[in-house]
Amino acid sequence: MGVVKQFILLGLILLLAACQAGEGSTSTPAAASMYIENKGSDTMVNLALAWAERYQQLHPEVSLSVTGGGSGTGIAALVNNTVGIANASRKIKQEEINEAEANGITPVEFTVARDAIGIIVNHENPIDELTLQQLADIFTGRIDNWAELGGQDLEIVRLSRETNSGTHVYFLETVIRLGSKENHDIFSRDTLLLPSSEGIITEVRDNPHAIGYDGLGYITAEVKVIAVAKDANSPYILPSVDTVNDKSYPIARDLYMYTPGVPSPAVKAYIEWIQSSDGQQLVRELGFVPITP
Amino acid sequence: MPDIFERKTRETRGEWIITRLIQAAGYSSILFVLMIFYFLIANGMPVLGEIRFSDLFSTIWYPIENYYGILPLILGSLVVTLGAALVGVPIGILTAVYISEIAPSWAKEVLKPLIEILAGIPSVVLGFLGILVLSPFLRESLNLPTGLTALAGSLLLGAIAIPTIVSISEDALNTVPKSYREAALALGTTRWQTIWGVTLPAARSGILMAVMLGIGRSIGETMTVMMVTGNAPVMPKSLGVLFAPIRTMTATIASEMGEVAGGSPHYHVLFFIGIILFLITLGVNVMASRIAFRTRKRSEQVLS
Repeated sequence: MGVVKQFILLGLILLLAACQAGEGSTSTPAAASMYIENKGSDTMVNLALAWAERYQQLHPEVSLSVTGGGSGTGIAALVNNTVGIANASRKIKQEEINEAEANGITPVEFTVARDAIGIIVNHENPIDELTLQQLADIFTGRIDNWAELGGQDLEIVRLSRETNSGTHVYFLETVIRLGSKENHDIFSRDTLLLPSSEGIITEVRDNPHAIGYDGLGYITAEVKVIAVAKDANSPYILPSVDTVNDKSYPIARDLYMYTPGVPSPAVKAYIEWIQSSDGQQLVRELGFVPITP
Repeated sequence: MPDIFERKTRETRGEWIITRLIQAAGYSSILFVLMIFYFLIANGMPVLGEIRFSDLFSTIWYPIENYYGILPLILGSLVVTLGAALVGVPIGILTAVYISEIAPSWAKEVLKPLIEILAGIPSVVLGFLGILVLSPFLRESLNLPTGLTALAGSLLLGAIAIPTIVSISEDALNTVPKSYREAALALGTTRWQTIWGVTLPAARSGILMAVMLGIGRSIGETMTVMMVTGNAPVMPKSLGVLFAPIRTMTATIASEMGEVAGGSPHYHVLFFIGIILFLITLGVNVMASRIAFRTRKRSEQVLS
């Protein structure tokens, strides 16, 4: 028996195995209709888990699986039709809608909660308030020392989430570029890109040089939250449920769920429950902002 | 008599099947490497048609805005790995010398399993220690703006490379014939002179191989560096970069691959980085095995 023959045999076995795996994965979504897969935004993952847990207690026949990975990951899964609900902390992009439509999927959008990004520094840092412009200058590297803002003579260490995080993109558009489409500023290249919210909180807690940002739901008392003003003439506002809902806090956004096409009855019931006062109670408990006061 | 013959043919048939199975297992690893390499090439090479060569080897990495300069990532990996070698190689070799040449047998029995345990610590646990203990310590003791630096990555990667370096170096030292040491001691050298002048040079190739494999182990390490090096794609300019944050190739692939849209230039660049990483580790491994091959040839010459 020649070597070539053995290779062919091995190849055939692998091919057969691959075919089998392919068939298996295509048949599962159709089989279990009460199984909902929920994936996406890391900002929303704790919230989505809390919703899923409570909902499964109320409706034991529904089984929910929640994973994070980032808004882009969730939307990519939606585009490839491998997920029941995609969570996103940003609106779906036009190019992603086009990609989905090329796969025969029309994404449907639901607003499920609101989120504010808090700017955090170490408790030893004497700075209490900053304008959006000052934040942009800090994160692009135009301001490099806390002394330039009236603080201690310490080099600024900038912390950000990784580029695959919806929070990163939102911060880039809203703070660094001040919402302007013509502005092409990017993060200073020595910005530390940390893979988790916890990593940012830990570093800010320990390091008087550091400034970071994170979803309101992740910010603990271990760090100091900065009051932010839209511009030098506006009041400095601390993020809270009230300031986000009356739109006075400038770095706040809506959180979305997307379904591939019109949702099935089970998915529809779930999202309606999330938007009800019952679901929104959990939003408040987790430090996010409910869509209905 | 015919009975024995029959048994023999049955045995040979069984042996034939077993031999083929083992052979297939052996060939399969070649097949897998080839398939992985093909996969990398097929997904990574299209980038050369999508992004200009000068943009690819430029100094800004910010893929969500189409800056695809991979130089800071390559240099970042090299800086961290070099630092890891500076930490891991001396400690690793000295530990191996101690275990093989100096330690009393009870110390050997304690040290060897301990080093194996070090090899078994998951890298994410080391990264966790790095965030909570090592990086605050570095920041305070060296008065750095942040402890999440290339140095933190190097120290932890050094720790990851040490078990590999120790166990292979120790094997190399153990294969040095006892008569070498006896001859040296008979000439009146001290134990230190014997180790430095006779045993270590005799085991040189094995130790070099240990160093190479240790380096190969640390350049491919992902989780730890992603957690402690800060991941800022800064272009290294001097050796001072050891005390600044840095972004490695492995951390880039790990943190960005999950999000990227299939078939986009960003996707292809990540695979291209994979090709570079693959070629570097392949080069390191080829060097290691050539060193091993050279030893064998030289010892054959000595024997003949």
